[in-house]
Amino acid sequence: MHPAPSIILFTVLSGLGFGLMIFLGLGMPSPTGLSAFIWFAIAYILAVGGIISSTFHLGNPKNILKSFSQWRTSWLSREGCLAVATLLVMGVYGAALVFLNMRIPLLGYVGSALALATVYGTSMIYAQLKTVPRWNHPTTSVMFIAYAVSGGALLAGQVSLAVWFLPAAALLQLFIFLTADGRFGAAGSKIASATQLGNIGSVRQFEPPHTGSNYLMKEMIHVVGRKHALKLQIISVVLLFTPVLLLLLPFSHALALAAVLAHVAGVIVARWLFFAQAEHVVGLYYDKR
Amino acid sequence: MTTLPTHTEKKLGLVIDLDTCVGCHACVVSCKGWNTENYGAPLSDQDAYGANPSGTFLNRVHSYEVQPEAGPAQLIHFPKSCLHCDDAPCVTVCPTGASYKRVEDGIVLVNEADCIGCGLCAWACPYGARELDQQEGVMKKCTLCVDRIYNENLPEEDRQPACVRTCPAGARHFGDLGDENSDVSKLVAERGGVDLMPEQGTKPVNKYLPPRLKDDYTNTGDIDILAPLLEPVAPDAKGILGWLDKALEKL
Repeated sequence: MHPAPSIILFTVLSGLGFGLMIFLGLGMPSPTGLSAFIWFAIAYILAVGGIISSTFHLGNPKNILKSFSQWRTSWLSREGCLAVATLLVMGVYGAALVFLNMRIPLLGYVGSALALATVYGTSMIYAQLKTVPRWNHPTTSVMFIAYAVSGGALLAGQVSLAVWFLPAAALLQLFIFLTADGRFGAAGSKIASATQLGNIGSVRQFEPPHTGSNYLMKEMIHVVGRKHALKLQIISVVLLFTPVLLLLLPFSHALALAAVLAHVAGVIVARWLFFAQAEHVVGLYYDKR
Repeated sequence: MTTLPTHTEKKLGLVIDLDTCVGCHACVVSCKGWNTENYGAPLSDQDAYGANPSGTFLNRVHSYEVQPEAGPAQLIHFPKSCLHCDDAPCVTVCPTGASYKRVEDGIVLVNEADCIGCGLCAWACPYGARELDQQEGVMKKCTLCVDRIYNENLPEEDRQPACVRTCPAGARHFGDLGDENSDVSKLVAERGGVDLMPEQGTKPVNKYLPPRLKDDYTNTGDIDILAPLLEPVAPDAKGILGWLDKALEKL
């Protein structure tokens, strides 16, 4: 699949933003006044920035309000509804903290749950697709949530939790890197089943339907960059483990910033691979994967 | 509404005969022509006369080479467009309700006025039936020429999809696959029509008729009456040709 920068930024930034909201809602930390304003501003900039970034992927964004209507069947619609609900609830919760110096715990817990559900919704946009066997797996949702929770704990300064969540997320990513390659084959779609010509003999593409490229090939048969996949996987896992070491050193703001940057860089590399390595079954019609 | 209907009154669709298709791409051209001038946004091209042309098409013809265990390879032309699936994954993923499956005839359509161009339906389709128009930013797909098949301004023989109407080989058939007495249903039963990628669970309405068994030339003697004349001319070359043969062998 084409690793569109807008979608990578959307999933990484909004995941972090909603991850931070999970902890803010739980009162970890529970700031008030100006300090609360800064905490919530960071969470909103990440979450909303990510969502705005995702709109650059749209061909016809003027209809965006209609995308809240199909929550009965569409995970993309559900994710949008959940995101707006989270932002509204956390907005009221945050405003009470900033302007009234008052924490309304119930509102915070609801906001946390909604933030977590939003990240799950994001993950299901990808995990629901049977056409992309690499994504069509429970680890996709677990991975999105693991990044939101570990990144959120890191941003929220919950060091005692982050030192457990961060390596857990890194190990999960490592597990995915080690196991996901086999999923396309295990799902069972082959050029023979795609064309239904396999009972005659072995099938290969003789001539493609068009001499140039097209939307399908640009969007779903992205093969550029897979060459360096192994190196990028190693870089990603190393970056994901780095914050753990930095957090175990005596605390300083510089080290904390470095930990956040390493984590975000690791997630971005992993998310780029999430798209670049994902193979869509339509590639079978082009004898490509 | 992106909830799929539990039942459609008809199942209009295509039956494509892989035995008959000659790979002329006339269906591709007529589809592009009709659907550029009619329903919805035109099917745009990018860099049409430049070095890297591409464009939106609702129907494309692949060509495959199939090598049986014995005998020569077979060349099979393979037209592919929307299969108007009963369990269409492209419809349920749509966040805006732009994609829908009609209860009256089972046609899967996009209401372009509602489409945000997110592309998720194209990702959800295993067949590559949907293409996002790069000019308009909305999703395009086969409408089964919904603006022809019910169009009383057209002569009756033209009230079928443009691809079917234009096919010079008669490789494309249009009808109600929900009615087991229809011509298309009988054709599917008779020829053993199949679903593409059944493992995806999409329950396509369109069916593909597999190629018939080929004549086997090995049973009928020589390939050609001229075949004996195609024997190597000089199996044991002498003189300068012989020297050349040996010299070239040694290289």
